[in-house]
Amino acid sequence: MRRILTIAQLTFLEARRRKIVPAVLGCGALFLLVYGVALHFVAAKLLEENAPFLQRTAVYQIITLAGLYVANFLTIAVAVLLPVDTLSGEISSGVMQTVASKPLHRAEIVLGKWLAFLAMSAAYFAFTAGGVLLILRVTADHVQPHMPVALSLMFLGAILMMSISLAGGARLSTVSNAIVAFAFYGIAFIGGWIEQIGTMTASHSARNIGTVISLVSPVDSLWRRAAVEMSPGLTGLQFSPFGASNVPSNAMIVWAVAFTAVALALAVQAFRRRPL
Amino acid sequence: MPEPVIETRSLRKAFGSNVAVGDLSLSVGRGEVFGFLGPNGAGKTTSLKLLLGLIEPTAGSGTVLGARLGERRARERVGFLPEHFRFHDCLTGRELLRVHGRLFGLRGAALETRIDRLLARVDLTDAADRQIKTYSKGMMQRAGLAQALINEPHVVFLDEPTSGLDPLGRVLVRSVIDELRERGTTVFLNSHLLGEVEATCDRVVFFKRGRVVGELALDAASPVLEIELKVDPADSGVLEGLAAFGAKAPEAHDGAVRMQLANEQVVPDIARWLVGRGVAIYELKSRRKSLEEWFIEVMGEDQRPG
Repeated sequence: MRRILTIAQLTFLEARRRKIVPAVLGCGALFLLVYGVALHFVAAKLLEENAPFLQRTAVYQIITLAGLYVANFLTIAVAVLLPVDTLSGEISSGVMQTVASKPLHRAEIVLGKWLAFLAMSAAYFAFTAGGVLLILRVTADHVQPHMPVALSLMFLGAILMMSISLAGGARLSTVSNAIVAFAFYGIAFIGGWIEQIGTMTASHSARNIGTVISLVSPVDSLWRRAAVEMSPGLTGLQFSPFGASNVPSNAMIVWAVAFTAVALALAVQAFRRRPL
Repeated sequence: MPEPVIETRSLRKAFGSNVAVGDLSLSVGRGEVFGFLGPNGAGKTTSLKLLLGLIEPTAGSGTVLGARLGERRARERVGFLPEHFRFHDCLTGRELLRVHGRLFGLRGAALETRIDRLLARVDLTDAADRQIKTYSKGMMQRAGLAQALINEPHVVFLDEPTSGLDPLGRVLVRSVIDELRERGTTVFLNSHLLGEVEATCDRVVFFKRGRVVGELALDAASPVLEIELKVDPADSGVLEGLAAFGAKAPEAHDGAVRMQLANEQVVPDIARWLVGRGVAIYELKSRRKSLEEWFIEVMGEDQRPG
């Protein structure tokens, strides 16, 4: 375990020294600034018009979903990009030869990096999603219900994508890995829409195709389930990124957890066999 | 030979149809400074990677310090300086050694003391807290050498350790290798600088197209002494008589006779024999055959620059 933590510390140190942390936090802060300014004017308008409580709540719920949608996307992007060259880059530069010639299992290298990126992604998610919720509380006095489950599902999506990116880096070059990782996200996005459109139009074929795509890449299903968990009483959002006409099941969540575990296992296995 | 610490039997590595190492069978003893020589593309670096478990062999087997190749145990008392040493260059020299020490399970004051000692040994104390990306090539190489010694290894693999070093840096590396020899550490040296190898190694093997094609002990008793004679007459009777003293039959070219000797003790005997036979000696020069000459001879005429 000590060697895993040493690799994790090294990964942290590298991220800090390469100014990755300030760059990522800067982008997140910019998003929160824009979000806060927009919310301030919306809240002021609703107050000025003396809008009814239910109307204000509905508006704030939609704004919450919009903010968390962006926070979710940014966290997934960070979770994919942080580890995208950590294995492939160190293999191609020769750095990995020096590390892997030490008395540690290659799995310890992968797990150390995974832990470090997990912690970094968690911190970033806490900053962006937490920032959205804090701005809502301070600016509009709005508290979104059912957040623990929803946030857990969103973060599971980020861990899943991070594990895919790490696994890809054990086999592919950095550029190929980035392309594959974002393709996974794109496929999930399209699959989610096909599934929702199939459900709305009662097209079983389209719905089944969408479900199969979601099984191949379940990250969009996690977001849609999180959105439904956050706003159970909100109607009319089924045909939007903030809702679901066909709510992803608990089985899909279990599948996503298993998918993440398999991706991590594949990362370990691929790196174990990789000539350095 | 002393107790072997590196042993390989018919080790082979192929990447698809490309055979990088065809047959690596060798034995290196404890405390030996061993040179692994070959032209570019011979498979030397691939062989090193096999010994360190960085790649898996296609066939064959081997042990390092009694543990099978690739086993974690085999790497516990091993140090490695790769060719073109690279590390996370955002770290300082001290942090680099600390990280590598921790990967060996070292901690605390003992590790810090060792780091200070090694930084001083490779003359990097002044630059210890600067990021490695600000180092010169030679400084990086010396930092790499220090990381290869952080665990006080029993076997050190050095892949081109003096590449990129100025003459002072080379002297430093040579003195470190001498210290390792005195401590009984085995050094496996891969270098193109044959002068360096000749000055430091006890024994070398020649590696060509993935196979060991020759071996040479570099101690005083090794048959590397050559003499050149200018005598009159240099007829067949004299040549036959001289053959009795040589490791190989003498050859006459351009009025000079050249021959290899098993040791330098026979030089006076040759002079006495020639004088006793009434042969006039105009010149008698002895010299050691350089490792470069051996290298070219062993590699053969078909070898082209890599």
